[in-house]
Amino acid sequence: MNSEIARLFWSFSPFIIMLFIIGLYCIFVTFNLIRVLVGVEVLMKAATLLVIVAGAATGHIALAQVIVVTLIVIEVVVITIAAGVVIGIWRHNNSLDTRKIRQINDEGISDE
Amino acid sequence: MLLSLLILIPLFSVLVLNLPPLLRRAKVSFYCALCFTLAQIALVFFCVFNPQSIVVNPFGSLLELDLSADSISFVVLLSIGITGFITLLVAKYFICEQQNEHNFVSVLFLALAGLNGIVLTSDIFTLYVFLEIAAAASFVLIVINRKKNALEAAFKYIVLSILATTMMLSSIALFLFIAGNTHFASIRAAFNYSSHDFLLILASGLFICGAFIKAGVVPFHGWLPEAYSESPAPVTVFLAGIVTKTLGIYTLIRIVNSVFGFLPAINNLLLFAGAVTITLGALGALAQNDFKRILAYSSISQIGYIVLALGSGTALGLSAALFHFFNHSIFKALLFVNSAATEAQTKTRNVEAMGGLQAKMPATAFTSVIASLSAAGVPPLAGFWSKLMIVIALVASGHPLYALVAVLASVLTLAYLLSLQRRVFFGTLNADCAQVVEARAGLVFAAVLLALITVGAGVFFPFVLNTFILPIEKIFAG
Amino acid sequence: MIVNSILLIALLCVALWAVMTRSLLRSAIALAIVSAVLTMLMFRLHSPLAAVFELSVCAGLIPVVFVSAITLTQPLSTKEVLQHMRERLTRFWYLPFIIVSSGIIFTFIHLSSKMPLPGAEVDKDVRILLWNIRPLDLIGQILILLIGAFGILIIFKEKKENE
Repeated sequence: MNSEIARLFWSFSPFIIMLFIIGLYCIFVTFNLIRVLVGVEVLMKAATLLVIVAGAATGHIALAQVIVVTLIVIEVVVITIAAGVVIGIWRHNNSLDTRKIRQINDEGISDE
Repeated sequence: MLLSLLILIPLFSVLVLNLPPLLRRAKVSFYCALCFTLAQIALVFFCVFNPQSIVVNPFGSLLELDLSADSISFVVLLSIGITGFITLLVAKYFICEQQNEHNFVSVLFLALAGLNGIVLTSDIFTLYVFLEIAAAASFVLIVINRKKNALEAAFKYIVLSILATTMMLSSIALFLFIAGNTHFASIRAAFNYSSHDFLLILASGLFICGAFIKAGVVPFHGWLPEAYSESPAPVTVFLAGIVTKTLGIYTLIRIVNSVFGFLPAINNLLLFAGAVTITLGALGALAQNDFKRILAYSSISQIGYIVLALGSGTALGLSAALFHFFNHSIFKALLFVNSAATEAQTKTRNVEAMGGLQAKMPATAFTSVIASLSAAGVPPLAGFWSKLMIVIALVASGHPLYALVAVLASVLTLAYLLSLQRRVFFGTLNADCAQVVEARAGLVFAAVLLALITVGAGVFFPFVLNTFILPIEKIFAG
Repeated sequence: MIVNSILLIALLCVALWAVMTRSLLRSAIALAIVSAVLTMLMFRLHSPLAAVFELSVCAGLIPVVFVSAITLTQPLSTKEVLQHMRERLTRFWYLPFIIVSSGIIFTFIHLSSKMPLPGAEVDKDVRILLWNIRPLDLIGQILILLIGAFGILIIFKEKKENE
């Protein structure tokens, strides 16, 4: 019985790991700041799914739901602050490309 | 419980201070926050001397929250109170606009609530919630002046911090799967049952990695120098003094002591990471020219000491880690206050452009020398005792090589900090600095206060040992 | 289980699209769809409350945040977009292969653990659990919402000064 329930968790886990790979790949490969946030969102989705599956597989679904509700609130606030910071960076540099921003910074240093 | 006030007072005062249109709101909220930090320090002393008072609840079941405090928490709460107080003193001179000052104090209040929550909770998910609160508050504090470099540093910090919290969250989900609950005690029970299951190893590894990122331990330290050096002066004091240490190191200490237990694999990981962090942080500090960057690398190196002490896996190591935690938050806050003072007076952070400031700013120079000597572990200052305890703990637990690393890196610390002192405060007076005068009274007061704490904790070491440090050994859960 | 598998594969495909599509706006929309698929999965896993929350907040609010961030920062001209697209492809085309190959690997490896699982809990109500047993989480939510409000206040104040 116990292992029967747990099979749910193990059948979901490969997909969750692949979601994590997608998010991490996006964060490390992209040069666009907003795209980094997209990767972060994918990561958070994977984590949310993991919590729900862990709760469902062991029958602690109420606790898992409480965790997910709190989690979503936190996620929204952090993403909003991050988006605000991105907009602030754009106002200073007129660019969201990390390479271009680095270039601007290097020129700024050589000017001094 | 008295302890729940440490979270609820900040929350309610922020609400109250923002609701009605108060006259001179910035000033009121500033003094409110100042009083709160002093009250927190007083509460810690009260609880340490009256241990039975922790469980007394004067308010009935109204404010009954699932909070608990032990000797580890008291040391950290004390550091939070002191650093918060100093941050407010420094902020008075660096956050100029009135509305901004009010916002700064409000966010600082919320950050204090988050930090206190991290320290007092005993549920791994609530720990995560308060971690995110303190982290989000520090993102906002870094960008408070909307400077270009600060925004970029903050973005780097945000992305790495989210990576860390995703790791922690996955590990919490795995713990939920294994233990069916997120309370420390139930996870601990799962570890007692079998500590070699691959799920448990994966979960604890993920959590420790997350804590390492938050603390800036070496493979993950990329965000730290930038965030420290680009944020406004009071925020740097706050970040370096307490935020990163509570987010990373306290979480690590609490989780290893109360949940994972000191397993050999975890100890070896901590010892190795600690030794690498100490060495690379110190070497990094040698190569810098920016006052705040030198201090940031020095912070990384000192964090390595705490991790190393924890890795010894003994009761002495645990208490040494906590004592160094306290000492580091004091002397690093002091050094950053000094850097704020010199930056305000000379308008530069480049140490090559300074020199001979000792004649112009005697109090700043004197306190900064005390902090450097304490950081390098020169007796009888507080830093000496904690480093001595770390070395003894390492030797006693059979890691003489790591003890050697700690001692040698201490010499390196002395080298880069004395070189910093020489370049900034001694030698010939730089022509650009001829007009410099002593820093504002509040900054000098903050620096002298911190220097007195450092000297006092060193001279009255037996008292500190008996009241704060030795009780920690009792709750060691080897 | 078949329905779950279809939903999971759909989730992966939409996530891939969100990461790989060249237009940031489409990316934001794809994220909303990811949330919607996740909502369906949550319903299938007997967690309706969290599912509703996910649908309203993550599929509703976060795309708004993204879209406003994208419209406030319009960086590229069409020529740049074309060049950018070509560059992106060289960096991103490995990803589907990685995902497919890891999927193949996972069909051969059967993850499992011998840990004894905890017994199922007594059927508690979510609301009671949140309000009575975990009030600290609620306080945490209030705190972080306040921080978010102050963060927006601080970051966007500059605009007022410029105008």
